[in-house]
Amino acid sequence: MAVKKLPIAKAINESLRRALDTDPKVLVMGEDVGKLGGVFRVTDGLQKDFGEERVIDTPLAESGIVGTAIGLALRGYRPVVEIQFDGFVFPAYDQIVTQLAKMHARALGKIKLPVVIRIPYGGGIGAVEHHSESPEALFAHVAGLKVVSPSNSSDAYWMLQQAIQSDDPVIFFEPKRRYWDKSEVDPESIPGPLHKASVVRTGTDLTLVAYGPMVKVCLEAAAAAEEEGRSLEVVDLRSISPIDFDTVQTSVEKTRRLVVVHEAPVFLGSGAELAARITERSFYHLEAPVLRVGGYHAPYPPARLEEEYLPGLDRVLDAVDRSLAY
Amino acid sequence: MTVESTVTRGPRKRAAAKKTPGGQPDLVQLLTPEGKRVRPTKALAEYAAFVEDITPEELRGLYRDMVLTRRFDAEATSLQRQGELGLWASLLGQEAAQIGSGRATRPDDYVFPTYREHGVAWTRGVDPTLLLGMFRGVNNGGWDPTTNNFHLYTIVIGSQTLHATGYAMGIAKDGADSAVIAYFGDGASSQGDVAESFTFSAVYNAPVVFFCQNNQWAISEPTEKQTRVPLYQRARGYGFPGVRVDGNDVLACLAVTRWALERARRGEGPTLVEAFTYRMGAHTTSDDPTRYRHDDERAAWEAKDPIIRLRAYLEAQSHADEAFFAELEAESEALGKRVREVVRAMPDPEHLAIFDNVYADGHALVDEERAQFAAYQASFADGEDK
Repeated sequence: MAVKKLPIAKAINESLRRALDTDPKVLVMGEDVGKLGGVFRVTDGLQKDFGEERVIDTPLAESGIVGTAIGLALRGYRPVVEIQFDGFVFPAYDQIVTQLAKMHARALGKIKLPVVIRIPYGGGIGAVEHHSESPEALFAHVAGLKVVSPSNSSDAYWMLQQAIQSDDPVIFFEPKRRYWDKSEVDPESIPGPLHKASVVRTGTDLTLVAYGPMVKVCLEAAAAAEEEGRSLEVVDLRSISPIDFDTVQTSVEKTRRLVVVHEAPVFLGSGAELAARITERSFYHLEAPVLRVGGYHAPYPPARLEEEYLPGLDRVLDAVDRSLAY
Repeated sequence: MTVESTVTRGPRKRAAAKKTPGGQPDLVQLLTPEGKRVRPTKALAEYAAFVEDITPEELRGLYRDMVLTRRFDAEATSLQRQGELGLWASLLGQEAAQIGSGRATRPDDYVFPTYREHGVAWTRGVDPTLLLGMFRGVNNGGWDPTTNNFHLYTIVIGSQTLHATGYAMGIAKDGADSAVIAYFGDGASSQGDVAESFTFSAVYNAPVVFFCQNNQWAISEPTEKQTRVPLYQRARGYGFPGVRVDGNDVLACLAVTRWALERARRGEGPTLVEAFTYRMGAHTTSDDPTRYRHDDERAAWEAKDPIIRLRAYLEAQSHADEAFFAELEAESEALGKRVREVVRAMPDPEHLAIFDNVYADGHALVDEERAQFAAYQASFADGEDK
């Protein structure tokens, strides 16, 4: 297969197809993932090609989906489960946190839990309540889980391959409002490590760190800032647990300023962790406090207000101005 | 509601001979509390067939299992009282339910326990001292579940029923003929995960036996705070059979579980077995049952003691002699002694074990924190020597 320009949703589909093809132990399961191909059509055509035993339409019960996936993993399978929307993961949160995350340690390392939980997350699609949340910090806070989020098609394709091959449970957050954004995927390329951050734009005046849906906003902000004569570096974190602090540190020690951008509420979010760690690591290099741009300490608002809630170009640039004013 | 009313109302008020609308006996019993074999009725025959050929030696084996399990349990309770264990969840009174069902399993079956299945662990060949690590506080699980196909104890109520169902779905996919048994209690029957496991197992026709030990109490809550219908009847709503068995009758538990596992192996899907039994002790050593239940309730259940009843039968049939009981007594003492010694010798884990096995493939933060913690600890080492 040659290099192709694919939307993220299609890249994930191709990635699942490859995983199902390569390893007979890989299973895809979730509500509506079979005949319908998922509500976002991410699993489109997989059941047709791999059958109902490999691509499993499940009862409408999230705890059941994750709980049975744990059992299947104990039997030697590698389930990739789909949670239909971010806000629907909570009925499964108990299974993920109290069981999936801890079982490897409780068994003194004798059993492995290679379960991937795919969650379309984040706002910007005009959805109703519980369809636009960014709960990544809730999962990253739990030892035993790994949490990643791609921002482009190549990462979506390769990071999912790597997540499925990992013997650890991986929460795979898919930026749903970017599902239809196209970029290149090279199925022959050799991917970098799953948990390594990537400098997606180089600059000298300030570092923007983002992941998932906010990477695009940050790249747009950097392009806009360039017109004002400011050179912003953009780091795509890719992995939220673990976080590649080394790459962020290297960038910050060059630019001396850091702004972290995510959709999730700022309070106790991944930006707080980055601010604390980078302050600890690079205190004498910083020219300004680490600033954060993100959601508010309020429930995700109704769709007509989400543009106010979500970090956009202007809010990112405002933070850049504040940082540079120090 | 007074305590008294809770002991007389609800599912426990039953007529032994009553038939349910489905034609099943209300309670499968093969050995009466007095130790007499029940002549199988037509309704019982299907189950009784599974223990028809049981030999005196096998009966002695079941008796031995129950006696040793009770001895182990009593030892662990004492060790908790002596401060050697942080907590203990006693199985006292539930030996027949656990030994009968556990002995019905094959080595290639897979068992998902709660945290009270010491008797089931025994039947799986798990060294009982391994069960004590968690209660002593030296680990959070402590054994390799794949060695004896006996999963780790699960504390969050009902979670393991879904793991069991998923595992059984995997067996079906593999085309294997083994089966899974999931243990839980009457309290767990209220949990969503148990309901979801019923749904999933029925939908996918998974080879799993749900073995509910209805020991009448979920800490201080009686069964009638969990359900308005007898628990075994829940199964019908999900489309699979439910059977209530006398949980203090080891023969009946063995027979019914063999029957249910056989159904699972034949591809006939899940079964719910409700073992109607009684937790004679406290929920755990932290519990105080005198606050919520009457002594006469326990006395009534003591009359149904699973061990006494099998002994009465063995003696009446001359299946066991004095030498057997004396030998077992000696074996029982030796087990108690070994458990005591092993527990007292159990070392505290190495400090750095905090960071062990958090991830299979490693994690940068865990590595970093391990190194920091090691350095911090090393900074004290010199000071302590001086």
